Amino acid sequence: MKVIVPVKRVLDFNVKVRVKADGTGVDLANVKMSMNPFDEIAVEEAVLLKDRGVASEVVAVSCGPQPCQETLRAALAIGADRGILVETDADLQPLAVAKLLRAIVEKERPTLVVMGKQAIDDDANQTGQMLAQMLGWPQATFASKVQIGDGAATVTREVDGGLETVEIRLPAVVTTDLRLNQPRYVALPNIMKAKKKPLASVTPAALAVDCTPRLTVLKVTEPPKRKAGIRVADVTQLVDKLRNEARVLP
Amino acid sequence: MPILVVAEHDNHLLKSATRNTVAAAAAIRLDEIHLLVAGSGCALVAEQAARLDGIAKVKVADAAHYADHAAENLTALVASVAGGYSHVLAPATSFGKNLMPRVAAALDVAQISEIVAVESPDTFVRPIYAGNALATVKSGDAVKVVSVRTTSFDPVGDGGAAVVESVAPGPDLQLSRLVGQELTKSDRPELAGAKFVVSGGRGLGSGENFRSVLEPLAAELNAALGASRAAVDAGFVPNDYQVGQTGKIVAPSLYFAIGISGAIQHLAGMKDSKVIVAINKDPEAPIFSIADYGLEADLFKVVPELVAALRG
Repeated sequence: MKVIVPVKRVLDFNVKVRVKADGTGVDLANVKMSMNPFDEIAVEEAVLLKDRGVASEVVAVSCGPQPCQETLRAALAIGADRGILVETDADLQPLAVAKLLRAIVEKERPTLVVMGKQAIDDDANQTGQMLAQMLGWPQATFASKVQIGDGAATVTREVDGGLETVEIRLPAVVTTDLRLNQPRYVALPNIMKAKKKPLASVTPAALAVDCTPRLTVLKVTEPPKRKAGIRVADVTQLVDKLRNEARVLP
Repeated sequence: MPILVVAEHDNHLLKSATRNTVAAAAAIRLDEIHLLVAGSGCALVAEQAARLDGIAKVKVADAAHYADHAAENLTALVASVAGGYSHVLAPATSFGKNLMPRVAAALDVAQISEIVAVESPDTFVRPIYAGNALATVKSGDAVKVVSVRTTSFDPVGDGGAAVVESVAPGPDLQLSRLVGQELTKSDRPELAGAKFVVSGGRGLGSGENFRSVLEPLAAELNAALGASRAAVDAGFVPNDYQVGQTGKIVAPSLYFAIGISGAIQHLAGMKDSKVIVAINKDPEAPIFSIADYGLEADLFKVVPELVAALRG
C-alpha cells in the first residue's frame, strides 16, 4: 500500500510571532521554519504503517518555494522513501494546494493520504477535506487512532463531544490530531541517509493547476492587547477583586 | 441573494452553535437568512430552527443516511442547494470544520475558516498563528463558504416564525459509516458558551485531583471544566476538555487557569475571556502575563480556600 504524506513548511511553533508594523503580514525574515507539527505526526503514522508491513512505500510531498526541500528531507529522515517538491514561489492557499495534491495523487495512485489536520500558520484546517472531496474519497479528520483493514480503515476521531469511530472505504484521506502518535526522535544516521533518498521536483504548470489565490489578504494586524493584570496576595484579596472590581462573580 | 446557514444538531435538539452562526449571518446584513437542517428523524429540530430570530425559511432534508451528519453525504446536499445563496455558513465546530472545506471544494471556491468578525459581505477577519495575528481577507468568489467562531457572535434567541419546506435528500455515497462513539456525559455545562470556566493543567497531577480539587470550584460557580493539552495528554481528562489552538476556543466571563503554565497554544483558546485568573506556584509561568489576577500559590491549598470563600 502506497501512502502519500503532504508536509508544510511553517514558522516553528516555538518562535514568537511578530506582526509587521506595515500590516502586510507576519515577519518571517530569518526566523526558524520547521515541518508543521501535525504533518510530522502524519509522517510518523505513515512510517509506523511501513514498520508494521501495512504500507509498502511512503512518499512525502511539499508545495512551495525551494527551501521546502528541507522539510521533505526531514520527512525522509523520519522514514519516508522519497519526496516530491511542487516548486512555486506563488502564494498558495488551501484550494490550490488541494488541486496540486490531487494531481500528484492521480499520478501516484496511493491507497491513503495522511496529513496534518491544520497548519499552525494559517490555522485553516481545510486542505485534507478539500482534497478528499476533489478525489471523491472519504475522509477521517482529527484522527487519534488509525487501523488499516481490508479495503477499509477504522479511524477514531477527536470531536467536540469526545470521540467517534468511523469506518471509511479505502482509498481515503486521514488528517491527524495531536494524540495520534508521538513522532520518533530522528538520529543522525537517518538524517544522513535521507540526503541520498530521491527528491523530485515538479511545477504547478506541469501539473496543469491554476494556483491563483481566491482570497486577498487586505491586512494582518495584532489582536487587541489585554490590559496588564496584577498579582493578588491570597484568596481573600482575589475574591474581593472578582466581586467588587471585576464584578464578575454570580 | 439569501444566506444559508447549515444547522448543527443531533436529530433531536438544535445545537447552540447554530444560534451564534445565525448571528454571524445577520452581521453580513444582506438578504434573508435560511437554515438547512439535514438529519434523520429531525422534524423537531426543524421546528426549533423555525423559531429562531431572523430566519425566513428552514429547508429540511430528512434521510437515514444523514443520521450521523457525515461530511461526504452532506456535501452533495449542501452543494446542490448552494447555487441560490451568496454565502453558506456553519459553526467552526468539529462538525462544521469537517464539512465546509468539502463544500467549498465541491463549489470550487475558497473556504474562509473561523471568522471572528464581518467587515462587509465579502470581507472577514480571522485569526492566524494561534490567534497571535488577525487577517482581514476579501473573497472574490461568487459563493462565500464560511465557518464561524461561535464565541465571537452573540447567539440569537427565539422569536421567529419561519416557513419550513422539505428538500429532496441527496445520494448516499456509502463512503463512511459511524461505528462507535464515546461522548462525555457530564452534569457540568458545556465548554462552548459557558459563562464560567475552571481549567486545569498538568499541575493537577491526576484525573482524581481534577475531580476532588476542581469540581467543587466548578460546581460552586456552575462552571464548565476545561484542561490544557498537557493534562489531556497525561490522561487526566478526556480530549473534549482541551482548551487551545487546536482544541476548544472559549470566551467566558471568567476563566480560571489552575496549574496551567500558559503555553501560546493554550492562550489561543482562552485569551478572549473577559477576566482571567491564574493560580500557579511557579512565579515565572507565562500564564501570569495574560492573567488579570494572578495568585502565586499552591493550588492544592488555595483552591479549597477559594471554594470556601465563595460559599461563605
